[in-house]
Amino acid sequence: MRAYATLVRRELGAFFVSWTGYVILAAVTFLIGFSFVLLLKSLRGEATAVPLTQLFYDYLSFWFILIILAPVITMRSFALEKASGTYETLMTTPVGDMQVVLAKFTAALLFHMIIWLPLLPCLILVRHYTSDPSAFTPGAVGSTYLGILLLGSVYMAMGVFASAITRSQISAAMVSLVAGFTLFMCSFLGAIFPTQTSGLGMFVSYVSVMDHMRDFAQGVVDLRPVMFYVSLTILFLLLTWKVVESRRWK
Amino acid sequence: MIDGTTNHGWMIEVERLTKRYAAARAVTDVSFTVARGEIVGLLGPNGAGKSTIMRILSCFMPATSGTVRIGGCDVFSQSNEVRRRIGYMPENNPLHRDLRVREYLQFRSRLKGLRRARARERIDTVMQQCGLTDVRKRIIGQLSKGYQQRVGLADALLHEPELIILDEPTIGLDPNQIRAVRQLIKDLAGRHTVLLSTHILPEVEMTCSRVLILHQGRILAADTPENLQKEMSESGQVIAEILAPLADLQACWEAVADVVRFDMAPAEGDYIRCSLMARTGVDVRPQVFALACEHGWPLRELTRSRHSLEDIFVRVTRPDREEDV
Repeated sequence: MRAYATLVRRELGAFFVSWTGYVILAAVTFLIGFSFVLLLKSLRGEATAVPLTQLFYDYLSFWFILIILAPVITMRSFALEKASGTYETLMTTPVGDMQVVLAKFTAALLFHMIIWLPLLPCLILVRHYTSDPSAFTPGAVGSTYLGILLLGSVYMAMGVFASAITRSQISAAMVSLVAGFTLFMCSFLGAIFPTQTSGLGMFVSYVSVMDHMRDFAQGVVDLRPVMFYVSLTILFLLLTWKVVESRRWK
Repeated sequence: MIDGTTNHGWMIEVERLTKRYAAARAVTDVSFTVARGEIVGLLGPNGAGKSTIMRILSCFMPATSGTVRIGGCDVFSQSNEVRRRIGYMPENNPLHRDLRVREYLQFRSRLKGLRRARARERIDTVMQQCGLTDVRKRIIGQLSKGYQQRVGLADALLHEPELIILDEPTIGLDPNQIRAVRQLIKDLAGRHTVLLSTHILPEVEMTCSRVLILHQGRILAADTPENLQKEMSESGQVIAEILAPLADLQACWEAVADVVRFDMAPAEGDYIRCSLMARTGVDVRPQVFALACEHGWPLRELTRSRHSLEDIFVRVTRPDREEDV
């Protein structure tokens, strides 16, 4: 357990001893801020009853940030260590494979949650200046962050997996970008299979990540997408574990 | 060689170890043992399988077949137990270059499961041992290669492992740094067992109590450096520089029965440099001295040329070539 905590701290620290962490943080703050500028402009035009969190979500910078930055955050996790050789020193200490996988995943997820912190002051600022206390409820903010956490877990787990299968950071980033974008595109399957009643239609609604996130941003927490994301995360973590373990297969 | 009738004395037991990569065989049917407290050198040209053997010993990857036990524990089935007992410095000494020396050692001590108080004590000890105390607050990436190498060594020593495995510990260092690292390794003898690999011959000659010569994934020779040398110098040659007429010298050597072959070349100051190949097991130096005295020839050099490990190495790694004298 101590090794796990040490590794998480080291992984998280690595973002902040180099420029990477700050650059990502600045980029995300800019994108969130930009979305809010557009949002405020449209709010000046007409009043709306939609919660602020959902208004923000509809600007799609959410997906841009998630799909582009997940590979950037996770590509280094295994690939860099393999390329620099520190993977060898790490794996010859008495630390379990699963601990290493979990530590790398946890650090990526924590960093992902840190980059979403600038969303909070933006929301509070808007509420302050519109002087409308009903602009959002703590519940809606909570469920939005729950959605960010859940989707973040899936994307970070995919990214860590992509990083584990290669020693090139670029390949890792490309693989996780493609995987992440594919998952996002699943949301549009509904346009091809519009029938809601058939089994296929049911499946399409299960994997429609855009609809899920909109629900979270509205303050609606449905247990089905929660289960979907938790299972996907576990699946990718198990796959990563197997990849790390495969080093020791005969 | 150390005689071991029981298994308890052995630190490393390698039995019929074979490692096959997708296409090539890296290590073929290698067996050897290392006793506690020994410093053993794995010597071989690049690509001989040194790093592969070390990676298997340090549990980084499994063998295709064969067994390896470290202190009686199998590296495959008791991997965690083995990893606790070894300190491993891989080839090229990979480090987290963005950390400071002390931070890095702290990080490594936690991974190796040292308790806080003991970690602090050990970090101070190894930093002193490796001469890192002055640079403890420097960022590793900004240190010279010699210092980085010492950081790698310090890490390997951190948890006082029974066995220390060093893959090319002196590569890329300047002569002074090499000397310092070698001295450090020598100081470890007795308390730790050390297995180091190198392709630099004087290194094993100077630091190791036993040498394993590896070539194309097989062990070609295993003995102490002295024994290997003795074996070679049985048929040693003698060099003598004598001031005398060439013809007289020639007649002289032909008369000595113990000299099998000889070769003469003019040296500076009219002296003649004679290389004498003696019969196996015979030292002809007293005879040469007696001859020179008898004829009143000035003799300014008389030595038996010692075969360095280099000769041995060249000879065993190229069995097809005749030994040239």
